[in-house]
Amino acid sequence: MANVTNLNINGKSVPIDVDSERTLLSVLRDDLELTGAKYGCGEGECGACTVLLDGVAVRSCRRTVGSVGDKKIDTIESLEQNGKLHAVQKAFIDADAMQCGYCTCGMVMSAVALLRKTPKPSRDQIVRAMDGNVCRCCAYPRIIKAVELAAKDGVA
Amino acid sequence: MKNLVFEAGMEPERYELDAPIPYRFSFKRRSFFKTVGAGIIVLGLLDKAVAQESGRRGGGRRPAPQDIGAWLHIGEDGQITVYSGKAEVGQNIRTSLAQAVAEELRVPVSSVRMVMADTQLTPYDAGTFGSRTTPDMARTLRRVGAAAREILIDLAAEEWKVDRASIEVADGKVIAEKSKQQIEFGKLTKGQKLTKAVPENPSTSVPAARSAPKANADQIVTGRHKYASDAKVPGMLHGKVLRPSAFKAEIISVDTSGVADATVVRDGNFVGVVAPNDLFATRAIKAIKVEWKAPEQISHKELFEHLKKRARPADGGRGGQRTGSIKEGLESADVRNSQTYTVAYIAHAPLEPRAAVAQWEGDKLTVWTGTQRPFGVRGDLASAFRISEDNVRVIVPDTGSGYGGKHSGEAAVEAARLARGAGKPVKLVWTREEEFTWAYFRPAGVIEISSGARKDGTLTAWECHNYNSGASALRTPYSVANLVSEFHSTDSPLKQGSYRALASTANTFARESHMDELAHALKLDPLEFRLKNLNDVRLRAVLDAAAKSFGWGKKPKANRGFGIAASTEKGSYVATCAEIAVDAGKIKVVRAVTAFECGAIVNPEHLKNQIEGGVVMGIGGALFEAIQFENGRIINGRFSDYRVPRFSDTPELETVLVNRKDLPSAGAGETPIIGIAPAIGNAVFAATGKRLRSMPFSSGLT
Repeated sequence: MANVTNLNINGKSVPIDVDSERTLLSVLRDDLELTGAKYGCGEGECGACTVLLDGVAVRSCRRTVGSVGDKKIDTIESLEQNGKLHAVQKAFIDADAMQCGYCTCGMVMSAVALLRKTPKPSRDQIVRAMDGNVCRCCAYPRIIKAVELAAKDGVA
Repeated sequence: MKNLVFEAGMEPERYELDAPIPYRFSFKRRSFFKTVGAGIIVLGLLDKAVAQESGRRGGGRRPAPQDIGAWLHIGEDGQITVYSGKAEVGQNIRTSLAQAVAEELRVPVSSVRMVMADTQLTPYDAGTFGSRTTPDMARTLRRVGAAAREILIDLAAEEWKVDRASIEVADGKVIAEKSKQQIEFGKLTKGQKLTKAVPENPSTSVPAARSAPKANADQIVTGRHKYASDAKVPGMLHGKVLRPSAFKAEIISVDTSGVADATVVRDGNFVGVVAPNDLFATRAIKAIKVEWKAPEQISHKELFEHLKKRARPADGGRGGQRTGSIKEGLESADVRNSQTYTVAYIAHAPLEPRAAVAQWEGDKLTVWTGTQRPFGVRGDLASAFRISEDNVRVIVPDTGSGYGGKHSGEAAVEAARLARGAGKPVKLVWTREEEFTWAYFRPAGVIEISSGARKDGTLTAWECHNYNSGASALRTPYSVANLVSEFHSTDSPLKQGSYRALASTANTFARESHMDELAHALKLDPLEFRLKNLNDVRLRAVLDAAAKSFGWGKKPKANRGFGIAASTEKGSYVATCAEIAVDAGKIKVVRAVTAFECGAIVNPEHLKNQIEGGVVMGIGGALFEAIQFENGRIINGRFSDYRVPRFSDTPELETVLVNRKDLPSAGAGETPIIGIAPAIGNAVFAATGKRLRSMPFSSGLT
């Protein structure tokens, strides 16, 4: 298969030249310096690598870069605008919703995807939407609180 | 300056010392290069040393610097920088240590910058474990901060020619009230090193119990924080290691002729590749044909029998206790109970697997890696490559968690070996399967307890033997006249090491379950029975606080049960009450209340975060976490096979903080985990009448 030569990332068309069988996660991290998405398991079970593909939360460790096409990729690095944190990022800080922080970017991206679809989720909806994201430090109660906080403040 | 030496020395649990130097390389004696395809093969002389087997590491106590300047620097611009060899792995010590200095120097926390876990920049530290950061490092840094404050006052007194008693330090300035003069720190010190020794007893203050926000939270939520696995240096390539077919396996033959687009590095049993990206590295590993020879090994099904069979006699060491006569104690009892409890091996599964970037410049090596023992890993690297520790720099960026699982430096050593072979800097990130297999585990264990009590609830005999899992919290906190407790080391089929709270989870589970059994046999309330035999006022206080907040004594709804447990370890006290529901043979933790006391509270919000996290993590070990293994292989080494707690496992949580301002602060990252398992088990008994004596409980109800 031919190399992938272009990706649509964070609102920009980015020229690249990479083997199409590489994972989207590896290309983001190793070639494009977008290291917010993390490797946690390589099998889509932990959510640390979560990015948005056309607005939907996906596991970038399970996507080959060749399968992405011209879909819009949004990573954690796109959330902060003009030095202003996204409401979800701010809510994670306000709720002290992290310990080691390794899962946090994936958690934030999953929460952003949820709130775009369901702006006022119930606790159950949050749990169901986020259950594929692992926080090994188990800061779950605070992450739920952070999502509720962000929902209260209203996320565009 | 005795008081600055880490009395910590903190003899780690015996088994912690058994973490290995992973490799003994022979590359120095002879190596040659051979080009295959687009890559190079570096072959070392075959070494008989078996890769990835256990060995003993050096280490031990080293004195801490006495000079303030080694710990703290005030820049001419007023920037306060504090140096500590401790590593941040999610326990929020970057924040709490900055708070300690800030409180002594009377400055906002945000004005203190912590430089941590860099062997070139920070004073030697034995490692970040044993809940010692708060009692040792924070105490040291408080003294350093207080001493620096006194120096600032001295300097100002000299500058202004006023009595130092009229000078105070406040709001980041030195102020002379009467003469209405004030000056910023940086203008006084002019960026010079503070060379004075830390005095014996500088006047330090009690932690202010203030919830400072996490120091670098903005870096984390934006993805800007660079973990070791995010590190990148110019010219860096990606490495991968060929893993043995089983534990204790040795290579019979290797054929690397199929490898393309990668450099193969071979040194005895160590075989790895270096490639431009991780896909090529993975392909190269798959293209290697290798034959291994491994001895037959036991499976998890035979584990507990094996541990008992291979046990050595107790040596009367740590945790060992013998008073009175068990025989007499049992004879005078109205109720006797004798039971066996087991705990499985479990994995730390830190979400950031082991990772390292290694860069050689001549004989000098720099490694970025995630570890709880930066100086220990420096020693491992120096001995693996037979170079001086002075030629090795280990930098530990704030790490994607450890829970006691990152005391070793396997990835660092492997990355350095690959980088040496490839002649380029190399990044190595372990896969999740590698982390589950080639790291180490929380020890499994068998605990036997025989006891007796009189009708009125007085304990008369307590005999407890722990096989393999460790001695932490082995001593019962309850008063009993006739007592034996012993730890027996044995032969562990898996590589085992430290884990959050060590064996105190296992020993607390066994003891608190057993106490519950006695209470029910005596028809006494489990809380009342505990209190009757408990003199320790701190433990009584958390039991009372948890019970009160939980509503102990009320009746649970149908199919639900209440359980209680308490314990103490590492200077902290915990009591947990759990409410569980049983539905179609499945246990669901509905609610948990934890009361916790660790002396004077440093940061209430971060303390609560640790307690909540510990309790939920403990639910994993209580209900479903267990490593399965067979013939030298891990069977369930992936998140799809090894279940960890998720959002849907999280109960309604309440934490009750007991602040003892009159007592020194103890560490709090570990002990909150130990009460939940027995509280759940006891609640299951209350709901179903079924006693669960094996952790995890997952299969116990079916």
